[in-house]
Amino acid sequence: MSRRTAHALGDRALPRWTHPGAWWVWALGLATASSRTTNPLLLALIVAVAGWVVARRRPDAPWSRSYSVFLRLGLVVIGIRVLFAVVLGSGIGTHVIVTLPEIPLPDWAAGVSIGGPVTAEEVLLAIYQGAVLATMLACIGAANSLASPARLLASVPAALYEVGVAVVVAMTFAPQLVGDVARVRTARRLRGRTDRGVRAFVGSVMPVLEGALERAVDLAAAMDSRGYGRTGPVTRRVRLTSTALLLLGLVGVCLGVYALLDGGTPGTVGLPLLVLGLLAGIVGMVLSGRRSIRTRYRPDPWALPEWLVSLAGVVPAVTLLAVSVLDPAVLVGPTSPPAWPALPLLPALAIAFGALAGVVAPRPPGVTLVRDPAGSRRAELEEVVA
Amino acid sequence: MIRFEDVSVTYDGAVSPVLSHVDLHVPEGELVLVVGRTGTGKSTLLKCVNGLVPHFTGGTLSGRVTVAGRDTRLHPPRELADVVGIVPQDPLSGFVTDMVEDELAYGMESIGLAPHVMRRRVEETLDLLGLADLRNRPLLSLSGGQRQRVAIGAVLTTHPKVLVLDEPTSALDPGAAEEVLAALQRLVYDLGVTVLLAEHRLERVVQYADRVIVVPGDGEPIVVGTPGDVMATAPVAPPVVELGRLAGWSPLPLTVRDARRAAGPLRERLAPLVDEAARRARSALHVIAGEPALTVSDLVVRHGVVPALRGVTLTADRGEIVAVMGRNGAGKSTLLSSLVGLHLPHSGSVSVGGAAPASLRGRDLLRRVGLVPQEPTDILVADRVGEECSSSDRDCSAVAGTTRAILDRLAPGIADSTHPRDLSEGQRLALALSVVLAAEPPVLLLDEPTRGLDYAAKLRLVGTLRTLATSGHCVVLATHDVELAAEVATRVVVLADGEVVADGPATDVVVGSPMFAPQVSKVLSPQPWLTVSEVAAALVAAS
Repeated sequence: MSRRTAHALGDRALPRWTHPGAWWVWALGLATASSRTTNPLLLALIVAVAGWVVARRRPDAPWSRSYSVFLRLGLVVIGIRVLFAVVLGSGIGTHVIVTLPEIPLPDWAAGVSIGGPVTAEEVLLAIYQGAVLATMLACIGAANSLASPARLLASVPAALYEVGVAVVVAMTFAPQLVGDVARVRTARRLRGRTDRGVRAFVGSVMPVLEGALERAVDLAAAMDSRGYGRTGPVTRRVRLTSTALLLLGLVGVCLGVYALLDGGTPGTVGLPLLVLGLLAGIVGMVLSGRRSIRTRYRPDPWALPEWLVSLAGVVPAVTLLAVSVLDPAVLVGPTSPPAWPALPLLPALAIAFGALAGVVAPRPPGVTLVRDPAGSRRAELEEVVA
Repeated sequence: MIRFEDVSVTYDGAVSPVLSHVDLHVPEGELVLVVGRTGTGKSTLLKCVNGLVPHFTGGTLSGRVTVAGRDTRLHPPRELADVVGIVPQDPLSGFVTDMVEDELAYGMESIGLAPHVMRRRVEETLDLLGLADLRNRPLLSLSGGQRQRVAIGAVLTTHPKVLVLDEPTSALDPGAAEEVLAALQRLVYDLGVTVLLAEHRLERVVQYADRVIVVPGDGEPIVVGTPGDVMATAPVAPPVVELGRLAGWSPLPLTVRDARRAAGPLRERLAPLVDEAARRARSALHVIAGEPALTVSDLVVRHGVVPALRGVTLTADRGEIVAVMGRNGAGKSTLLSSLVGLHLPHSGSVSVGGAAPASLRGRDLLRRVGLVPQEPTDILVADRVGEECSSSDRDCSAVAGTTRAILDRLAPGIADSTHPRDLSEGQRLALALSVVLAAEPPVLLLDEPTRGLDYAAKLRLVGTLRTLATSGHCVVLATHDVELAAEVATRVVVLADGEVVADGPATDVVVGSPMFAPQVSKVLSPQPWLTVSEVAAALVAAS
């Protein structure tokens, strides 16, 4: 694809894969934005924006059905959060909805109570906090649906390639494990044993793990035979330096991201840590990249659409980070007293800007999912999942 | 191109070497077939070629293996990736990526070819193997034959000089196998690739081979020769060769075409014997009339939204051996699993021994119907054969020793302490079969029983199935193996796209069918002979 063609935007572009990195930047931007607010209206807006983009730009491929899975996972998270709030009431608030029978606890457990009055405030707070997590999950789900894990692997730097392979192999093993579980359950039935319940589960763990291990060994042999892990010549010093830099970079990035996402730490710590970590990591990658002789087949270009998609994620993130410092009140969903939240204009506009990704990204190429004439595998999986 | 000099391989912990003192030279551009019983070291021989033995598997290799001048002692498999392409038995287990096109490029990326070279080679390979329509397909959605072709393509893109394949057609239906062999043929003829190929189904491949390597196992020296020479003396051979030996043809035909051209006199001799043979075949049937052993009526089964069976109606009596045939994905396995209640009918009904199998649990099920799955080890649970037998006795509350007694009858001489994984394919099948038979189910189902079986093990299986039928079992087997069906089945049911398209005595269904006719039938058609033993019996009776 020529450089010029790669720059074409949205529906005017030829169908092509958008760089998976761009989708991840966009999704992580939205996730960062959602970490800064408990306002249910803003959170709902983020989920809606992510969902709209997924609906417009996801390819028809096995991995692209994960958005709804992650949404459901989010609902489960909210449910669990509320359940905990109800059972282990925190005692805040005055609007009692219902009073549960309280279980007396010994003295050493002072401060913890099981049962007792359930207030609207604590339930609402639990819902809002759960919703933050659920929204972040939705963003991750969106990235998963839009970008194939394997294509993401193809664009990681050479130094991280081996880690990336491990991750992708683990991901492709998951559906195969599901298939294995089904096979083992079948076998138990054929032997006249229970195929349901805890005992059946315990009985099937070993054969399933054995199968997975065998497949891993087969795959390793296949990869070795196909040239995986060929290296170019480098000195020992370069190798050690690059490893050290990579590790330092990783630690720096983790701490920095934690400090940024955790509202309690001042922003002056998080940002420099993140930047330093990134720098160390990049130098390390360049150094260790020298060892690898790998080349890339049809790499996804990073052109105008990719910049704009990333921008569509960065703008909400930066805006909400700024607002959370300057005017934190508008981002908080009101819980005590319970009230209908207001929709702050600037953050809402910034989040809506995230929808730009769905307009500028090119359409994905048509992945034809003609049903397997040999029938079984996918059908089998669908059946198991159902 | 490939040279073995006094090569011996001993795995860690093994007492005796798998291969001992192998000397072998395969010149460029040959297609060499490796045959031998299971467990004799065929796979080891193949893995030596790219250094997986001993670099990956461990063990000790003495002597020297060189490929295109590179010594495998000094070059691990990844350094040989550009001269040797190796396709594993189950292509799915060797796939690294998830899309066809990426899979083709993977090997080239690893050895660091320039992007424009990769692009060109991917296109060339797509055309060469007829994969162009599949380029954007996820690998999991491909059929067996397509997967095998993608696996071959994936190693071809690095332009290896040697291609090594381990049983490429054993899991495929006859059509898909033809597809793969045609592709290989093309590589050998057009590109001069040297091919080393292990296969049990000699009848499919022997005519393509330039030379045959027999690996006898047990430390015996390997035998190398032209297919004609090797087949003339081999203890087991494809039916067309056996027929040639019976009729005393020389040179021995390896293909149906050659045999047919020689078969004129034999057909004349056999023509008056057809009716007599048919009468004898009828009298050999022991079908027990009365209540059918299994009844399937208008059965519809769906996987998700996709119908796997669309209104199948079928009955079978005790004493019958029914072969269910059809291409991969035609619904054979689904039909069998419905008969043990693994699938709930969407509509229609299944009844085995007077009950719907899906409603049965535990012993009630075992006493009515037993299934030996495609992978016999699936239903084995213990680490030792002895434990397996006693746990099977407990499962179906049989008298202690029942399973062991059956096993000793089917495959004598297996020690109690052996691990099921260390058994040969045939022994493993016998063990699984004994476990199933311990509950004395009147209906016995087998899914692809001959996958991975050599001729000797197959012969034993045929004997076992016949005995079971005579003793009043109803046997249903799903199989791609036309020779097995011809040998053993009293009735053949052909499924296509989830529907029954043919159902009748084996002779009526397979004779004249291009896909399902056994070799003998192809040679002697239009006369309805299916197996060499039938022909032999008829000739003996006439003289």
